[in-house]
Amino acid sequence: MSLDYLLDAANWSLTNPEGFPQRILEHLGYTALALLIAAVIAFPIGLLIGHTGRGALLAINLGNAGRALPTLGVLMLALAVVGIGLVPVTIALVVLAIPPILATTYAGIRSVADETVDAARGVGMTEPQIAWRVEVPIALPIIVGGLRNATLQVISTATIAAYAGLGGLGRYLFDGLATLEYDQVVAGAIVIAALAVVVDLALAGTQRLLVSPGVGARSAGNRPTTVHPEPNPEPAG
Amino acid sequence: MSEVWSYLVTNGDDVLTALVQHIWLALLPVAIAFVLALPLGALVHRYGPVRHVALTAGSVIYTVPSLALLLLLPGLLGTSVLDPINVVIALTLYSLALLVRTTADGLDAVDPTVLQAASAMGYRPVRRWFTVQLPLAMPVILTGLRVATVANVSMVSVAALIGIGGLGQLFTRGFQLGFYLPPIVIGLVLSVALAVVADLLIVAVQRRLTPWARAGAR
Repeated sequence: MSLDYLLDAANWSLTNPEGFPQRILEHLGYTALALLIAAVIAFPIGLLIGHTGRGALLAINLGNAGRALPTLGVLMLALAVVGIGLVPVTIALVVLAIPPILATTYAGIRSVADETVDAARGVGMTEPQIAWRVEVPIALPIIVGGLRNATLQVISTATIAAYAGLGGLGRYLFDGLATLEYDQVVAGAIVIAALAVVVDLALAGTQRLLVSPGVGARSAGNRPTTVHPEPNPEPAG
Repeated sequence: MSEVWSYLVTNGDDVLTALVQHIWLALLPVAIAFVLALPLGALVHRYGPVRHVALTAGSVIYTVPSLALLLLLPGLLGTSVLDPINVVIALTLYSLALLVRTTADGLDAVDPTVLQAASAMGYRPVRRWFTVQLPLAMPVILTGLRVATVANVSMVSVAALIGIGGLGQLFTRGFQLGFYLPPIVIGLVLSVALAVVADLLIVAVQRRLTPWARAGAR
C-alpha cells in the first residue's frame, strides 16, 4: 500500500484545482448544502410531530423506509429524471439525511418530561413558546446527536458526487480505480475517513457548547412518568 | 411500467443472480457479527475498562465511510479489489461495532434481582447466562440486529461502484445504459423489499423468543 500520492506536496497545494484542499472544500460544500435542506425539511416536521404526538407512526415508518433506500439507487433515479448536475446529487444526499434528523428530533421532543411541559403550560406559555423555549432546549442533546449522525452519513456518501461527474473527494476513488492508480484510491479513502472523523469531533465539541449547562445528556433522557418495558425501537445511532 | 416488465422478462436471470448475491453479501456479515457480538458484548458488560476501549473503537469504525473502507481493505489484507470478501469483512466490522454496543446495553438492562433469584434457585453461571440473562437481553439485542440488517442491505449497493455484485449492479447498469430507468427502479424496489422482509423476519423471531413482552404490553 503506497502512500506516495497522499504525501506528495503538490497534491496539497492550495492553488491546484485537483488538489486535496480544493476537493475537501467541494466535498464539504455538497455536504453542507444537503444537510441544510434536510434540516429545513425534517426539523419542523419532527418538532410538530413530537409536540402534538400526531403522525408519530408515519414518521417512524417513513424514517425506517428511508433508511432502507440505497443512496446510489436514489442518485441514479434522480440523474435519470433531472439530468446531470448538482441537483440530483443533492436530492440523493437530502433523502439520506432526512430520516436521522426527523427521527431524533421527534424522539428528543418526546423525551421531555410531561411534568415539565405541564408546568410550562401552567405558567401561561403558548404552545409555540413551549415547543421553542422548553422542549427544543431540553431535547437539544438528542437533536444535535441526530444531526451529527446525519452529517457523518452525508460526508461518507458525498463521494458519489464524483460518480455523477462532479468533484469532491470521491474523484480520487473513481479516477484512481479507472486508471488503476491504487495509491490515488488509497489517498482518497484515507482523506475521506480522516475528514469524517475530524468533522465528527468538531460537532461533538459544538454539541457541548450549544447545550444549556442545566441540561445534561442524562436529564433529557429521563422521563419518569412513562416507563417503557422495551427500549425505544427507534435508536438514535 | 411496461418497460420494467419487459426488462424483467429479458433479464430475469441477471436480476435474480444480483438479488441472491445481495442477500448473501448483506446477511452473512450480520450473522457473523451477531455470533461474535454475544461474547464480546458480555465482556464489555462485565468489565468496565473493556467497555471504554471497545465502544470507542466501535464508534471510530462507524465513522469510516463504507466506500473508503472497501477500497482500503484490499491494501491492508492483500486481497483483490474485486474480491467480495472485502465487502463481507467491511460490513461485518460495521455490524459488529453496532451489535457489541447493543448486546452490552441489553445485558446491562437485565434486572440484577432476577439474576440473584436465578442463582438462589441453583442456576450455575453458564446456564444462568444462556437461560435467564441472554433471553431477557434479547429485545434490546434484536433491536440492534434490525438496525444492522437494514443498514447492511442498503450499504451493499455501494459495492457495485467498485464492480462487486448485488442489486447495486442494476444501478450501475442503468447508468451505463444512459440513465435507463427500468433496472434502476427494479433495483430500488427489490432493495427496499429485501430490507423490509428481513426486518419483519427478525420481528417475528423476536415475538417467538420473547413471548412475555407481548403479554406485558397488553
